[in-house]
Amino acid sequence: MSIAWYLAVSAIIFALGAVGVIVRRNPLVVLLCLELMLNGANLSLIAFARMWGNGDGQILALIVMTVAACEVCIGLGMIVAIYRRRLPIDVDEMRELQG
Amino acid sequence: MSTLFFFLAAFGAIAGAIGVIALRDPFFSVLSLVAHLLSLAILFLLLRAEFVAAAQVVVYAGAVMVLYVFVVAYVGEADEAIGARLRSAGGANMRLAAAVLGGALLVELLIALLGSGLKAIEGYGAGYTPGPRTYGTPAYIGNLLLTRFLLAFEMASFLLLIAAVGGVVLARRRGGLEEETAEEEREFAPLELLRPQGTGTMAEGVTGLEFAASHSGGAEEEAKGPAESRRTPVAVGAAEQGDEHDSEGEDGR
Repeated sequence: MSIAWYLAVSAIIFALGAVGVIVRRNPLVVLLCLELMLNGANLSLIAFARMWGNGDGQILALIVMTVAACEVCIGLGMIVAIYRRRLPIDVDEMRELQG
Repeated sequence: MSTLFFFLAAFGAIAGAIGVIALRDPFFSVLSLVAHLLSLAILFLLLRAEFVAAAQVVVYAGAVMVLYVFVVAYVGEADEAIGARLRSAGGANMRLAAAVLGGALLVELLIALLGSGLKAIEGYGAGYTPGPRTYGTPAYIGNLLLTRFLLAFEMASFLLLIAAVGGVVLARRRGGLEEETAEEEREFAPLELLRPQGTGTMAEGVTGLEFAASHSGGAEEEAKGPAESRRTPVAVGAAEQGDEHDSEGEDGR
């Protein structure tokens, strides 16, 4: 398949992740949708790397995976801390930072 | 053959993504994301990114998703379904806004990616000759990571270290919510387990061995002396703060 097909798939995955971040209320699922967006970006990075026959895009995809792992670590730590404080696990209820 | 695999994997990836945002239970969302990641690994393999595909399966679909499953099992709260949310009051506006935003983002991305004017975008990529050190193999990626991208590699490792410390600090048990928390943690303070009686803490010097033996509290509480040692709320708060510092030190080690 030509590279354009992979790019189209990556755009669809990214848009689905963005819709999930907007629509869902559970912060766990919001984190999952963030993963979806990062994966869409990864797919386009690797498709472009294949297009040029150059490994830089693959390295960047690996770094993005590292950052995603860090984000999961911190995000899940925050969710566990919220749960320990008996606060509702719902992004609409946690509006203390909203101002 | 590669066309067939592409369509299978693309269908799996998009279906997994839809499953993540549409399923009611967060646990099924996680499983759907695992399916999505595996399909995406097939796409990576089709793009000759062998090492990235392997890392995706092992690290992402393996380790990170296990972490998610643990937290979902720990928190264990059924999410409100996307349908009920959209059917609630003001749901029509929300549904419209979400659809418009998602559609606009998709169109914008497609224009940006496919309309970029790159000639090679319609091609099948640069030339590829199979071999032990060719494009995408672990040897190739390792060579790049340790030569040209050494700084990025080291920064990524440092970022992982910071995230690990941050995760431990965020998720540790804090005092002040439950009354028994301070007591539980005091039992496992290593210094008090190892230190024999009468080995010269400041509280023993001031008040004598009997008081210190009868009152095996933390060092800060002992230093306050007998007047405040009855567990008034202030003393309780101070002891919990002390225990918080203790537990932080244990986690950091």
